[in-house]
Amino acid sequence: MPAVTLKNISKKYGDFVAVDDVSFEVQKGELFGLIGPDGAGKTSIFRILTTLLLSDGGSATVQGHDVVKDFQEIRNKVGYMPGKFSLYQDLTVKENLNFFATIFGTTIDENYELIKDIYDQIKPFNDRRAGKLSGGMKQKLALCCALIHKPEVLFLDEPTTGVDVVSRSEFWEMLGKLKEQQITIVVSTPYMDEAKLCDRIALMQNGKIMSVDTPKQIIKSFPKPLFAVKAKNIYKLLQDLRNDQEIESCDAFGEFLHITLVAENANEEAIHSIAEKYNPENFEVKKIEPTIEDSFIRLMREQSDLK
Amino acid sequence: MQDKAIICKDLTKQFGDFKAVDKISFEVSEGEIFGFLGANGAGKTTAMRILCGLSYPTSGEASVAGFDVYKQQEKIKKNIGYMSQKFSLYDNLTILENIEFYGGVYGVSRPEIKERSAVLIKTLGLEKEAKKLVGGLPLGWKQKLAFSVAVFHRPKIVFLDEPTGGVDPITRRQFWDMIYEAAANGITVFVTTHYMDEAEYCNRISIMVDGKIEAIDSPSALKNRFNTTSMDEVFYELARNATRAAD
Repeated sequence: MPAVTLKNISKKYGDFVAVDDVSFEVQKGELFGLIGPDGAGKTSIFRILTTLLLSDGGSATVQGHDVVKDFQEIRNKVGYMPGKFSLYQDLTVKENLNFFATIFGTTIDENYELIKDIYDQIKPFNDRRAGKLSGGMKQKLALCCALIHKPEVLFLDEPTTGVDVVSRSEFWEMLGKLKEQQITIVVSTPYMDEAKLCDRIALMQNGKIMSVDTPKQIIKSFPKPLFAVKAKNIYKLLQDLRNDQEIESCDAFGEFLHITLVAENANEEAIHSIAEKYNPENFEVKKIEPTIEDSFIRLMREQSDLK
Repeated sequence: MQDKAIICKDLTKQFGDFKAVDKISFEVSEGEIFGFLGANGAGKTTAMRILCGLSYPTSGEASVAGFDVYKQQEKIKKNIGYMSQKFSLYDNLTILENIEFYGGVYGVSRPEIKERSAVLIKTLGLEKEAKKLVGGLPLGWKQKLAFSVAVFHRPKIVFLDEPTGGVDPITRRQFWDMIYEAAANGITVFVTTHYMDEAEYCNRISIMVDGKIEAIDSPSALKNRFNTTSMDEVFYELARNATRAAD
């Protein structure tokens, strides 16, 4: 039995379609990522799965329970960390933890092992009000509170948004450790580079799933050879290549431009001869493996072409 | 002096015993795209508030667009544009009303507003939406519009505080096209971001850790110095020893 199933789930707010006929499954013990920008429908899906929002169509289960009929069972078995900080600002760190433990009929001590690594980092602030904690600390406390009843499935809605690179990588290390404890984790993020840290991912845009697979497989199914190029004047190169008939796509990626050609079997020589027309200074080209972001952009374009 | 948009010397802001900004010094040239990076809680927001004329420093010197941060706050405000991810436009005003409002606040004359907003709406391809509420626009469009509004009064410098957070990867790149265009027109761009690939689009970046600027250079020079090919690693090396709690 999968830990989470969605079948043709849809959700509308007025005329706005937030979730559009979404289906996928998450296996037990899997670290599953919903990857997409704001407005992709990630939060609505989380709220439907955690029984906080009713879908307009389709069905969904969590640990075999129906999200509409068996909402109470589900609430006991899942941990949910919303995107917005939702703990009691006027309670201290310890009081918040105690509160959530009590509500779920447990104690901090009973499941201490599970939260120990994370809790240790905020323990020095046990008596500080949650509202007075820094962003990173709030995030750790929220994760502790979501874990305190030893949930079978953990839902994390954009836990790393607006967080710096160092804290982000620490957070993903914590998730790795939780996974070892057999907890199923569904996590959303707008950062494409975090996608590769998941077992499987769903790429989402405008309420739709564009692709569900392992990061490796998504990268492997990129249909064309991809090249990274650069030159002294990168902005001019971008404009030149973008307007060139032979270039299919050209997008800025850090110090490089990632390009694909209209022709099927492109090589570095072909790229050189296209670029030469524009006399770029210090021109470099190399064939590269696509990133998840390359795949995401490509899928977005394919979708909008279909419309 | 003329070609410097921002000059900071030993700029410090103290709250009680806490040095939020600790003697930072740097200069930004006119027309430069300058990335202002740092760990959460490093002091970026505090420094940015001083440079925008919203807060007084405790000590040190700074000038923005040639105006002093102690004595000429109002002149600074007139000569800069500002946009952030959190607040940019009024959701319950239409696109046109938002433009008129901002233009008016910054003292652009009525005929000028009329002429420029028509051009702007056309450039953005929003002719059909001009009389619709901003609240109904997709986030990517809102952010692009917010940027256009922030430079509507043709400021000397525009401050962008995480302008692309949560935006899809295609729109994020279109947004940077707009930044390049503004810079090409002589507007200095001062931008913060958590996307390390965007740090690469800047002419120079600074990285703040615990109130101090730990590194300032072009992205390629920084990568050379840390002997790496990724900005991620440069940032990680500098910020991982931060003692301040991340905020």
